[in-house]
Amino acid sequence: MGILTDQNTTIVVQGITGREASILVKDSLDYGARILAGVTPGKGGQHVSGVMVYDSVRRAVQEHGVNASVISVPPLAVRDAAFEALESGIKLIVILTERVPRQDIVQILTSAEEEGARVIGPNSLGLLTPGVTKVGGLGGSVNNTRRSFTSGTVGVISRSGGMTCEVANLLTQNGIGQSTCVSIGGDPIVGLNFTELFRFFQDDPETEAVTIFCEPGGSMEEHFAAYYATQEHPKPVVAFVAGKFVDQMPGTRFGHAAVIVEGVRGSAQRKVEVMRKAGIHVADKLSEIPRLVKTVLNHGNVH
Amino acid sequence: MRLYEYEAKEILKARGINVPIGLLIPGHEQSTPIDSLVPAVAKVQTQRGRRQKLGGVVAVDSVTSALEIVQKMLGREIGGEQVHHVLLEQRIPFEEEYFLGVTYDSLARRPVAVFSDRGGVDIEEAAAFQPDRVHRLVINPCKKFRNYHACDWLCGLGFSGKRLRSLTDIVNRVVSMFFEYDAFLLEINPLARMADDNFVALDCHIDIDEDALSRAPLKHVENLSNRAEGTRRLTEFERRAREIDELDYRGVAGRVVECPGNLGLLIGGGGASLTIFDAVRDCGGRPANYCEIGGNPTVRKVKELTKLLVSQPNVEKLAVIMNVVSNTRADLVARGVIMGIREAGKDPCETIVVFRLPGSGEDECRKLLNYYGIPFSGRELPIDDAAALAVARCNKPVGNAEVSHGHFD
Repeated sequence: MGILTDQNTTIVVQGITGREASILVKDSLDYGARILAGVTPGKGGQHVSGVMVYDSVRRAVQEHGVNASVISVPPLAVRDAAFEALESGIKLIVILTERVPRQDIVQILTSAEEEGARVIGPNSLGLLTPGVTKVGGLGGSVNNTRRSFTSGTVGVISRSGGMTCEVANLLTQNGIGQSTCVSIGGDPIVGLNFTELFRFFQDDPETEAVTIFCEPGGSMEEHFAAYYATQEHPKPVVAFVAGKFVDQMPGTRFGHAAVIVEGVRGSAQRKVEVMRKAGIHVADKLSEIPRLVKTVLNHGNVH
Repeated sequence: MRLYEYEAKEILKARGINVPIGLLIPGHEQSTPIDSLVPAVAKVQTQRGRRQKLGGVVAVDSVTSALEIVQKMLGREIGGEQVHHVLLEQRIPFEEEYFLGVTYDSLARRPVAVFSDRGGVDIEEAAAFQPDRVHRLVINPCKKFRNYHACDWLCGLGFSGKRLRSLTDIVNRVVSMFFEYDAFLLEINPLARMADDNFVALDCHIDIDEDALSRAPLKHVENLSNRAEGTRRLTEFERRAREIDELDYRGVAGRVVECPGNLGLLIGGGGASLTIFDAVRDCGGRPANYCEIGGNPTVRKVKELTKLLVSQPNVEKLAVIMNVVSNTRADLVARGVIMGIREAGKDPCETIVVFRLPGSGEDECRKLLNYYGIPFSGRELPIDDAAALAVARCNKPVGNAEVSHGHFD
C-alpha cells in the first residue's frame, strides 16, 4: 500500500484559490485524491473544482475531519499556515512553497516534532502512491501522472521534484512499478529525509527496494549511508548522484561554523564513495537504475 | 547574502558588543584621526574568506605606513574580488582568541551555537583534530533564548566569575541577533579576551538568508539586492541571463553559467539539469553553458533565454532536454524556443539537435515541433540517450541517417 498515505488520506489545501493550487486541485481530484476542503482566509464559501473553501483550517477540519494538508501559500505566510495545520491536529503536512526562510522552517519542524506530525518539504512536489492517491503536485495532469507512475514494489525518494517524476517514469518504462514516490524538497533544511523515509519503506510490506536521487551539498546522503551500514537486513537501495561536474567548479565557501557543524560539505564523488561503502548500489548513469533495481529485486542485496 | 565586516560590526556595536575603534576608507576619513588608531590593522573589505592568507590583512605601526598600505589595497584584487573599501582598526592587545558562532544544523534541523577556546584562522583544523575543544548548544527555535540558557552552557564549559557573566551576555545577544536578522550564519572569530576579562569582536561574518531579506532590519545597508554572490564574478553573458530571469516572477529561466564549449543547453529543472550536464560531458560533449529552467516559465522568458544562448559566437547547436514535467508546459517551452532561435536569425530545424520534453502539454508540443520539421522526443527516450544524441548530432550535420535513436538503445 506504500507509505504515509492510503485510501483513507483526506486532504485540505491551504492557499487553494492560488493559481498553482487550483490547477493542482483539479489534477489531484482527477487522479482520485480525496481533497475534501480548501482554506483561503477571506474566501470562505467559494468553491474550487467543487471543493468547499473555508476561512480557517480549524473550520475545515471540523466539517470534514481531514488528516493531511498541502500548503501552497506565499513564502512568508508558510509558517503561520503550518502552525495552523499543526494546531488543528493535522499529522501530515506537505509544503510546496519555495523560498521559505530557514528560521520559519526550523520552527515548523520543531513544532511538528513536538506534535508528532510529519512534514514533507518545503520546495517539494509532494508524494504519490500510484493508483491510490497523491498529496501535492507530482505528475501534473492525470494523463501525465498515469503515464509516469505505475503501481509496484519500488519506493522512490528524490531531492529534486522534477526528477521524482523522471525516475518513476524511467522505472515505469522498464516495467518496474512504484510503491510510493516522495519529493522531499530541494532546500538545505527539509522535513522527512532519506533516513527517515527509508525506515518507513523498510517497514512497508509492499516495498521490496528503494531508489534515491541525490545531489551535491549538505550531508543527508552521508548520514543515510552511516545509518544504512548499521542495519541488519536493510532492503536494497539503488542510488544515483547528479551533479558530479559541480565538484570541478569553483565551490562556494561556507563559513567556519557551517563546516564545524556539518563537516566538509559532501561533494558528489564523496557521496558516491560513502554510499557504496555502506552497501548501497550506486548507478554511474541515471539510465542504469532500472537494471540495478531489477538485479536487487531478483537477487536481493548481493554485493 | 554576506555582509561586509564593517557592516556586521556596525550591528554588533549597536547591540552592545565591543568592537575595535575603526575607520572605513574611503568614506569616513573625517570622523576619526588616523594617528589615534595606530598601531592598527588594515583589512580589505571583501566577501570571501581566507583574505588573511591572501595578504588582505596587514599590521601598520605609523600613520605614513597606514596610508601607504591602504592606498595599495584599494582597487587591488584579492582572490578575484575588487577591493572597494579598507577597514583601518585599532590593534587590540589580548590574552586569548575564542570562536563563537550560530548556524543551522541541517540534519538536526535546529539552530546551533558553537563555541571554542581555539579561535583564530585555524578553527576548522581545530574542529577536525581537537573536537573536544569545540562545543555545541542546540537551540529551540520556538522558545525565546534566555540568559540562563547561555549561562548554563558556558558554566558547563568551565567558565566562572566575570568571564562567565561577560560571555553569557555576548552569547545571548548574538543568538537574538541571529534570529532577528534572519541570519543563517553569524560568527565572531576571533572573539578576543582582554586582560581585564572583557571581550572584543575582532572579526565578524554575517550571512543573511536571502529568502528573508524583505523582513530583515537592514534598510540602512546599501546595494543589498545587487551584491555579488558566491566565489566568482558573473560574466556579461550570465548577467544578461539573470536579467532575463528577472523579467517575470513566474517560473525560472536562468541560473546560467558560461562554459567554453559549442553545444548550447536549454535544460531543466534543477536536479535534471545536474543530471543532463553530467551526461553531456560523459559522452564527450562540450557544453557552452549550464542552465536551469522550470516552474512553468513564461514564453517570453524562454524566448529571450534561447535567443541569448544561440547568439553566443561559439554556439553551433542547441539541445533542449528536460525531465518529465509536471507543472511546466512543454508546448509553451517549445514556442519560446522556436521564437528565440528565429529572432536570433537562425533556423530552428538546423539549430535544435534534440528536443526531449515529456509531460504536461507534450501532445501540443509534438504538433508544434512537427510543423517546423523538428523531431520530438518523449518519455521513451532516457535522459542519458538524449544527451548522447545531442552530442553526436552536434558533431555531425543534423538529419544524418547514421545517427538515429536506435543507435543508442
